[in-house]
Amino acid sequence: MCRLSAITSSDYISPMENILALETMKEGHDGSGLGLMLKDLGGPFKDMKKYPILSAICSNRGLETLDEFMKSQGFREKMTWAPSIKQIAGIERREHYIAKVYDYPESYKDADMRVKEDLLMNTRLAIRKIGEPDESIFCFSFYPDVLTLKEVGDPLAVGEFFGLDNSDVKAKIVLAQGRQNTNYAIYLYACHPFFIQGYGTMTNGENTAFVPIREFLMGRGNPGYMGYNSDSEVFTHILHYSNRQLGYPLHYYKDVITPLKDNELAKRSDGAAMKLLKKSLRPLCIDGPNCVIGFTPDGSVFMVQDAKKLRPGVVGGTAGKKFGLMSEVCGLDSAVPDRDKSTDIFPMKYDMVIIAPQAREVKVWNQLHV
Amino acid sequence: MESAARLDQNHQLTLKEFPYIVRWREDRCTRCGRCTAVCPVKAIEPAVRSQRIVSSEGSSPEPQVTRRLTHVVQQSTDIDRYCIGCTTCSLVCPTDAIFPEYNFQHKFNHYKNKGGIPYMRGGRRNDPSVSTLDKLKFTRISMLTDPALDAGRHEFRIRTILGRNLSPDQLPIKVAGDKLELDPKVFVPPTREIYPIRIGSMSIGALSPHMWEGLAMGITYLNEVEGLPVVMCSGEGGMPPSILKSRYIKYFILQIASGYFGWDEIIRSLPDMTEDPCAIEIKYGQGAKPGDGGLLQAYKVLGLISKIRGVPEFVDLASPPTHQTKYSIEEAVAKMITSMSMAWGFRVPVYPKISGTKTARAVLNNLARNPYAAALCIDGEDGGTGAAYNVSMDKMGHPIASNIRDCYLDLVKQGKQNELPLIAAGGVGKAGNLAANAAALIMLGASAVDIGKYIMQTAAGCFGDEYNRCNVCNLGKCPRGITTQDPKLYRRLDPDKIAERVVEVFKAADVELKKIFAPLGRSTELPIGMSDALGVGEKDIADRLSISYVC
Ligand code: SF4
Ligand code: SF4
Repeated sequence: MCRLSAITSSDYISPMENILALETMKEGHDGSGLGLMLKDLGGPFKDMKKYPILSAICSNRGLETLDEFMKSQGFREKMTWAPSIKQIAGIERREHYIAKVYDYPESYKDADMRVKEDLLMNTRLAIRKIGEPDESIFCFSFYPDVLTLKEVGDPLAVGEFFGLDNSDVKAKIVLAQGRQNTNYAIYLYACHPFFIQGYGTMTNGENTAFVPIREFLMGRGNPGYMGYNSDSEVFTHILHYSNRQLGYPLHYYKDVITPLKDNELAKRSDGAAMKLLKKSLRPLCIDGPNCVIGFTPDGSVFMVQDAKKLRPGVVGGTAGKKFGLMSEVCGLDSAVPDRDKSTDIFPMKYDMVIIAPQAREVKVWNQLHV
Repeated sequence: MESAARLDQNHQLTLKEFPYIVRWREDRCTRCGRCTAVCPVKAIEPAVRSQRIVSSEGSSPEPQVTRRLTHVVQQSTDIDRYCIGCTTCSLVCPTDAIFPEYNFQHKFNHYKNKGGIPYMRGGRRNDPSVSTLDKLKFTRISMLTDPALDAGRHEFRIRTILGRNLSPDQLPIKVAGDKLELDPKVFVPPTREIYPIRIGSMSIGALSPHMWEGLAMGITYLNEVEGLPVVMCSGEGGMPPSILKSRYIKYFILQIASGYFGWDEIIRSLPDMTEDPCAIEIKYGQGAKPGDGGLLQAYKVLGLISKIRGVPEFVDLASPPTHQTKYSIEEAVAKMITSMSMAWGFRVPVYPKISGTKTARAVLNNLARNPYAAALCIDGEDGGTGAAYNVSMDKMGHPIASNIRDCYLDLVKQGKQNELPLIAAGGVGKAGNLAANAAALIMLGASAVDIGKYIMQTAAGCFGDEYNRCNVCNLGKCPRGITTQDPKLYRRLDPDKIAERVVEVFKAADVELKKIFAPLGRSTELPIGMSDALGVGEKDIADRLSISYVC
């Protein structure tokens, strides 16, 4: 089972905090990989918040191709950041780990954010298409104020490999996943967290309903609903679909993936709408076992489980300061030791825990009481 | 020149030509005559034979030959009185003296066209080989990495939606604050939540009153006592007005077919109906006999049937192969669906049923664009019928597995797989594996399945099988009393017992479905299209159905 460690904070934190939390939960992951997704960035990215950041791993040739392609699309490079790599035994170094900050093409300068988001996604997909056949480029995210780092290996070792223990890269939201590899061949596109247009999620567990969900998403006519090298990628896309495309408030994500029974819905104030929604989105219903942790473009962070709750999770921290969202309490103790433990939240089968941007407040949405 | 012994019987058939040869044991037979009396086709008759007896009475052997007359049970070699293998004779024989034996070398099909009339029968395709559905197995079992569910402990919801689901972007829902609100003024197509195994269309005329009553009681009990929303289709020919006007009508799907039989009565009952029917099925085709209309042979058009259907007694009731007033798919489907929807104020799902065919996808694509089409039911070649030409049953039609799969994948391509449910029929439970066949079809993409022959066999002991056993459903001579209007025959059938069996069958299937779905980890929604759970040991089938090949 993979281990999940997310932190949302009012101050910039180092992703090392997440990695150390993963370390305490070590028994759960076999060290087959680490995925990091940072949002609301500090350090070198602090003054670049408007500009999209492209996170990728490239070969020498891939990097050339990427630069040419971005130029041809009218993106103007403003900055390139690369982690200072430290050779670590057991981690095979690839040629380039990069985060490039761009300015939008001239014609998009004044475009609406939704239009820009489509441009960014389509550009990311085009790069993926170019680099995927010969694995010369892996492009994980392309969006303002979001950075993704992924590599195969033990999380702590990968952290050191990326030099994160001495890095000035910081963020207010960090998702980190320590991988338990159940798919044998480790492929970078199968590593969590997954990203689409400002939404990032990571999951543990296995998604038994993967095939019908994938087929349904792929039928929505959105080119971004692709990939699916991991059965967990659908969780990111369901979130994007319900929150961005359909415009439903975030807490309805829980109702989409684990709909209530009709008699339970009848008691809700929005019961009539929910009954229809449940039927229309029926193929997106999950059976678990899963725990999903993610963020949305506005900086909200959440945790949610399947309705049989076969995957645990805990949320704890202090409003206005810092919250940890972890798959185990020991991870939370490591990341947020000075919290009031009596207020720790263990979300149950009807719950969705949502933490407001800047860790302002935590709210538990209970499906039965909407 | 004439041969030494003239063969006077040269144009007669020998028993070896017949599909069933009656084994009669003289030593056991008490000559009670029950078998010959009960045989529905007069295949056996009492006869008198002279018998040569050799005996010896003294202390040393002194064989003496005597002749005496004795009664025997003799099988007819008249092709019109062939033994159908039904075993009714064995059933009534008190001494186990008689039994029909299947004859693999028979040449029945060579001869069963006397008078230039092709062989007609009831039943289904005489193909005893293992069906594709029975070859499919469930190969994805959750093990350790993702805990399987417990069929006994976890809550399971084995239900399906019959009716059109709106696509999410068509939903009349708007955001108000942090809540969603429904716009009540917008039309939302009607849907029903039903059990995914339905009793498919079998008409009151095709079935005997006791059989029909038994099924109807069974599903009513399932709905009202067991909480399993099993529904049943009327078949062509309407329903008794007492049921039309009762609250039970909600458990029934009313079928309209090309003969429109029974619809006078339905239309007349409309103003007095207190509940809506579950749905309306427009029959365009039947898997067992594609291209043929319905047929109720004159022997079965008696009493109640002639009343409900609004026709005189003892006439053949043949429905035309197509709906005569319509000439194109837009006419045939769209107008019919709209007018039937209108009759019930757009509160009842209306969908067509077609026979399995290579052209099913064309029909489907048309329906996918029709916002009032509530589903598509496809009836594969292994479906049953009360009466048809043997050639239609044996040689025409399309297997259901690939037909459903193609249609489902077509919907997937259009992103409409959740909008238009597919209902699969034809050969479900052919070898007795109801739940497994239903689950396999669901994973291939069906939302529900229909059964017909299966329920006749399990609930009423229908003798029919794929070795052409019995299959005289068309003649009104059904030895079990299932498909006859002759009270002497159908009084053999106890409606209460049938109802009891219907309940048992569905309860057992429900447990089995859970046993299949639990290890896959699916419990809240049906695993519609969850094809990664399926495997098959034949490469060609795996490729054709886009599922995994396992060996
Ligand atoms: S098996 Fe049926 S048809 Fe054959 S002799 Fe017996 S009763 Fe008659
Ligand atoms: S028992 Fe009746 S229903 Fe069954 S095959 Fe024979 S005639 Fe047909």
